[in-house]
Parts: sequence; C-alpha cells; structure tokens
Amino acid sequence: MTTPSSRFQAATAAATAAGPASASAPALGSGAENKRPELITLQAADVHFGGTHALRSISLTLHRGDRLMLVGANGSGKTTLLRLLHGLLPPHTAHSRTVQPLLPEHRLPRAAMVFQRPFLLNLSVRFNVMLGLWLHGVAAAERAARCQTALQRVGLASLARQRARALSGGQQQRLALARAWALDPDILFLDEPTASLDPSAKREVEALIQDFADQGVTLVMSTHNLGQAKRLGTRVAYLEAGELVVAREVHDFFSNPDLPERAHQFLNGELPWHT
Amino acid sequence: MRRFMNDVTLSLQQAAALVLGADPTLWGVVRLSLQVSGTACLLGAAIGLLLGAALAVARFPGQPLLVGLLNTLLALPSVVVGLLVYLLLSRAGPLGSLGILFTPAAMVLAQTILVVPLVAALARRLVLSALADGGEQLQSLGAGRFTSAALLLLHERFAVLTVVLTAFGRAIAEVGAVMIVGGNIDGVTRVMTTSIALETSKGDLPLALALGLVLLGVVALLNAFIGLLQWRGGAGYPAREALA
Repeated sequence: MTTPSSRFQAATAAATAAGPASASAPALGSGAENKRPELITLQAADVHFGGTHALRSISLTLHRGDRLMLVGANGSGKTTLLRLLHGLLPPHTAHSRTVQPLLPEHRLPRAAMVFQRPFLLNLSVRFNVMLGLWLHGVAAAERAARCQTALQRVGLASLARQRARALSGGQQQRLALARAWALDPDILFLDEPTASLDPSAKREVEALIQDFADQGVTLVMSTHNLGQAKRLGTRVAYLEAGELVVAREVHDFFSNPDLPERAHQFLNGELPWHT
Repeated sequence: MRRFMNDVTLSLQQAAALVLGADPTLWGVVRLSLQVSGTACLLGAAIGLLLGAALAVARFPGQPLLVGLLNTLLALPSVVVGLLVYLLLSRAGPLGSLGILFTPAAMVLAQTILVVPLVAALARRLVLSALADGGEQLQSLGAGRFTSAALLLLHERFAVLTVVLTAFGRAIAEVGAVMIVGGNIDGVTRVMTTSIALETSKGDLPLALALGLVLLGVVALLNAFIGLLQWRGGAGYPAREALA
C-alpha cells in the first residue's frame, strides 16, 4: 500500500518521463476553464479488478477550482474513478495518472476523500480528526487548534469528547468532512456523501461541501442526485459501464440537446439495458 | 449409584472447605498457574498481535504458505509443544545451556509457543475484516500498511482483548506442555492442571475437585470480563463477526 501523497510524487515522476500533460485529454469544459492550471490528468486509464473491466480508457483532466460531478448508474465506475484520481488504486494504475504541482505554491496538492459510509475509528470525535492531522505530519502544537476549528465549522465542537461511532449518520458524515477540512485540502474527493442521509442531514452536508467550494477547494464528487450535481458542480461527467461517455460544463450538460444518446437516456431516466 | 453420589457430595464438601478455608497448598498452586499462564499470555499476545497484523497487510512470496501454516498450528497439541520445548531445553538441546528445564520459565516458554498461533490467526482475521471496512479511508488519510494495521487493532481493541483472554483460557487450561517441561514438581512447577491430573491418579478427589472448581471459576470470571468489556465498548458484534 502506498500513501496517496507518495503516489502523487510517483505520478509526478512518471509525468516527467511522459512529458507534459497531454492536451489531447478530452476537454472538460472549454475556453477560460481549460486555461486553469491542471491538477490531475488521466491518460487512457484502464482499471481491471480480476476479470472485471472497471474503467475503460478514461482520459480526463482535472483543473484547479473545478467542481466535477461524476454521474452514472450503479456500477458505472464513478467510485473507481474517484479512487483512481485520489491514488488509492494499486500502483500498476499509476502510469496513467499524472499529478501536477500547484502553482505558484510549487508543491503537490493535498487531497482528502470523504466516503459514502465514513469510516470512523472507535474512539472520540476529537481523536478521529487529530488522527488525520497526525498522519499528515502536522506539527503537534498545531493539531489541537486545527481540530477545534474544523469541528466548530461542522457544528460538532460540543461533541468532541463523544464516541464517534455513537453519532448519527449525518453527524458522522459531518465529522468526516471536519476531518477532511482539518487537512486543508486542495482537492476533495467525495463519494456519494449524502446518499444515505435524511433530507435535513443532506442539506447540512451539502452546505458544508459548498463551503469547501467557496474556499477554492477543487471538488470531485460522485452523486446520483442530478439536482445536487446542478447545484454544486461546474462540470459534469457521465460514466456508463466504465466508459466516460461525456463531460461538459453543467449548463451544457443539462440543457444542450447535442448530448450523446446514452447520456440523454440517463437524464431521461431510461435504463440502458432496455434500449 | 448411591455410593457414587455420596463420594461426589463428600468430595465437593471437602473441596469447598479447601477453597473457602484458603488452603495454602491450593492457593500456592493457583497463584503459580496464574503467574505462568498470565506471563505466557502477555508474551504470546505481544508476538501474536504483531505477527497477525503483519500477515494481514504484508505482501511477500510465500505469505499464503505462512498463513496456512499458522492456521494449521491452531490445532497444535499441547503435548507436542511440550515435547519440542523439552528437546530445546534439555541438556543436549540448543537452549540447554539456559538451564531452565523444569522451572516456571520453561512452562512460560511452552505456553507462549502454544498461544502465539491462536493470537496471530485471530488478530490477522480481525485486521483483515477491519481493513475491508476502513482500509481505504486510512490509506486516504496517509496511513501506510503497518500503521493502518496498528490503528485497526486499536480500533478493535475490545475484540483484541477478547483474543488475549481466549489465549489465556487456552494457556491456563492446558496440561500436556507444562507437565512435560515443568515436571509437576511440588511447590516449584505444580500448576492447577497438573495437580488435578496427579491428585486424581492418587485418588485425592477433594483437592482435584477444588482445583477444578477454581479453574472453572477463573474461566467463568474471564467470560464475564469479556462480556462486560464488549458491552461497555459496544464492540461485541464486530468482534464476534470477525472471529466467527
């Protein structure tokens, strides 16, 4: 297992050998948006799990400040794509992924991921946030303050000493966001973060994600909720059976009649195996 | 039948008197048993937890073979462990120069070897099960493989305690290994199980029964303690699931 950050370094090293990020990666958006600095580029990425072809030749560029929404049916490859972008997949997939240093900071981007079902250690709320900071090598003197700020941000400061696993589903997801927030990420990956929440918790989590976006954090989020994709995203990518069918700006995706037929069917709620 | 019942009743009465009367011979044996098995359990837990966690996350050639061997060793008979340790510690053996055969140290060594596979195999399953749940999250936070394994042992600490107490139960209840390497020397290496075997062969049923009652009491206390921990930690379900 390699940590995502070390994979970033490995990927960047690979990029040197492969040359600069390819301009041939499919345009996700156009014009001014593509002039934003590139953060992660995938070039014809293929992912296999045993006999299953989870992702097929995906080429995609993530720019700084993007809010990319991944949509598609269950099993279409959204989660695998998130894992690939984050560097959680085995090293043999790294050759297709390039991570660029941030400019003008001249450092690799920090990334965090929030999962659909957040995994929280069977310890206190506070410890769960502190753990991420410790693993990221944040200085001990800084940890307590960052933890407190992050918990306040998600409204869990008063529950800092409670057992994390005793929290409600919505609170657990907010804690996962606090843990991500404390890390001060440049990129936040979200895997259907509101999928199993009630409407009120969903609103709270969505507002927090919006906060991240407002702070300039680059978002990549998978969702089944097209309304949410419209509200939170700047670009939408539609996946089907491991293929990236289309990726457009939000407005283009939802209102342009010139969308590929398969994406149209998805938007209309038609099941692909019925056509 | 009536005579049998009378004998048993009489023996139980005498056994209860020994236990309640704090018989020094009885409690000396009990104390040594707890010391030997407790030490062996702590050593075995330290080695077994590290080994189990490492086997859960490490990838190297021959790892499946090692896991298979570990699982096979779960059924290791205690007399075989006793024999191996005896051969190691006997004067002609490679560790004969230590001169610890027929001492409590030899018994600790034998019981440690006995419980290591148990702790390691259960810890490995525990870590694997927890990894499936939270491995990617920890990886995403920047944890390496071994750090993840250590954190997951902390996360599953109540289940780990159950594993350790299970190992203690195995150690304190075994007779074969301590009999061979300890020699059942009165006042030196005599523990509960070897005493029971000896007193039964001598026909001193009250003392054997008293020791049996204490042994059962120790196991019952352990079970109660495990139950209490699981209840307090709310970890009963995942622990049982992982160990099933």
